[in-house]
Amino acid sequence: MADALVVAEFTEDGKVKKSTLSAITFAKRALPALGGSFSILVLGANAAAAAAELTGYGAAKVLACSDASFAKYTAENFTPTVAEVGKAFGLVVATATSFGKDLLPRVAARLDAAYAGDCSGVSAEGGKIVYKRPMFAGNASGYCSLTTPIQVATARQSEFEAAAASGGASPIENVAKVAPGAAASRVEFVSLEAVKSERPELTEASVIVSGGRALKEKFFEVLEPLATALGAALGASRAAVDAGYAPGDFQVGQTGKIVAPKLYFAIGISGAIQHIAGMKGSKVIVAINKDPEAPIFQLADYGLVADLFVAVPALIAELKKRA
Amino acid sequence: MKILVALKRVADPDNANKVKISAAGDAIDTTGLEWKTNPFDEYALEAALRLTENGKTPKKREGEVVVVTLAPKEAETMLRAALATGADRAIRVEANDADLDGRLVALALKALVVAEKPDLVLLGKQAVDGDSNQVGQRLAELLDWPMATFAATIKEETGALLVGREVDGGVATLRVKLPALVTVDLRIVAPNSVFSKLSQAEAGFKHNEGVRFAPLPAIMAAKKKPLEVKALADLIGGNQLNTKYSKFERPPQRSGGAKVKDVAELVEKLANVSKVI
Repeated sequence: MADALVVAEFTEDGKVKKSTLSAITFAKRALPALGGSFSILVLGANAAAAAAELTGYGAAKVLACSDASFAKYTAENFTPTVAEVGKAFGLVVATATSFGKDLLPRVAARLDAAYAGDCSGVSAEGGKIVYKRPMFAGNASGYCSLTTPIQVATARQSEFEAAAASGGASPIENVAKVAPGAAASRVEFVSLEAVKSERPELTEASVIVSGGRALKEKFFEVLEPLATALGAALGASRAAVDAGYAPGDFQVGQTGKIVAPKLYFAIGISGAIQHIAGMKGSKVIVAINKDPEAPIFQLADYGLVADLFVAVPALIAELKKRA
Repeated sequence: MKILVALKRVADPDNANKVKISAAGDAIDTTGLEWKTNPFDEYALEAALRLTENGKTPKKREGEVVVVTLAPKEAETMLRAALATGADRAIRVEANDADLDGRLVALALKALVVAEKPDLVLLGKQAVDGDSNQVGQRLAELLDWPMATFAATIKEETGALLVGREVDGGVATLRVKLPALVTVDLRIVAPNSVFSKLSQAEAGFKHNEGVRFAPLPAIMAAKKKPLEVKALADLIGGNQLNTKYSKFERPPQRSGGAKVKDVAELVEKLANVSKVI
């Protein structure tokens, strides 16, 4: 019998990120193969306070490790402690955010453990954990098992709903920081330039308005009013980001954000394979493009062949009529 | 600066929707797709070339760029192409993808790094076939080196690199002392993304957008550059494969394709048929 360890993620000001709750869902689904329980590990400058936010999700324990150096994340500083705690578990999991994808493979190497990254599913089959992974830009799904004594994985947030609070009060246990090796002394956290936005986060939004290169310098001017009318997050294609019309963290696609909102607007986006890989899990897809041959139309539930500079303002007006 | 760049060949990512699943469902079949260098690894090579040259004289290498792959002999075409764009030497570790997982690749690369002693290891952030995103992070840990993943900018300082990383919600900047490992993201090949100490001396210098192409004389010359072949077992010892794929399937296809005539019909459908607004 073995247990699962969920590695929690925090915002700059020490609040639990909602993404952590997807990793909890992942751990719960894997547990039948392990036979044990799951615990949550919290690293932070003031981990006890953050740990208190996580005692209501049914964890056997919430493990808290406080150290001033954890205020700013570097994989080199976090890895030794996560790995040391992880040694007592059969599975170590986090959500595949840029934090999870940076840290967990490094933890896996320290534990000499195999790693299944960015899983879209997990199940217990015959006492084994089977990981489902999107590959080839989402054009194939592979099912794999890992044969090392400890297994490490990350969960694609859009595929694992946030765990709901189940009541109860998991005990909080303090754990000691493990002194990091030479690597940590040779890396310095310089800054985090956060993009400030009043909008929902791309990976958590229920409606997303994404724009392509066709918007040119009018990316924000055209799309912001629509996003506001819909309470939507703003996204972009790689082409729009590369051209400098939208910031890098707007990018939806195979190597950007993977999203699955209930409603996705692809505006002036032709539909490259890499973009489709990031949004085809959306429930309803709307495409607006003046090129009737654009590949995005094959995917869209509702395609509108139109000049976006005319159609988007008209759409906003139509939405306002209903409001 | 001596830089080791790891390259992987992948089935043409622009036609990834044409990958097939074997009839038994136990293998991916990429027959008919051309082999290409993993785009992120190409960007890593471009970054390595930019870091080892004075932008004005790209033919003169200040330092050394060594490219390495773990692949069958046919992948030497990819290595020769890398040599033609400016890399100095190549190493191919004889191996098949089916015999490798991220753990074994990292172990093999570690042995090469110990032997080659580069100041910097550069890799793509992920290979776009397996989409696993783990080798760089694992290798950094095995070496006990600092790392910066998902790099969008690199600025060389004395004995260190200032790296801008694309993370959720913004840009995180790290300073890593050499030797270090960096995995690169898309934007690393923008004109102003990489500054070596040499190119910084040229105020206002901009690289070309994207990766460079080799001129014909360089392609000919690349045939004479050294390419060494190594055995996988010599690098990883008795370590075994620990990631076992049992089944592959195609994801469910969407049944899209419907058109609406105007904005009014679109809003009506969203409200009354799909009920999402």
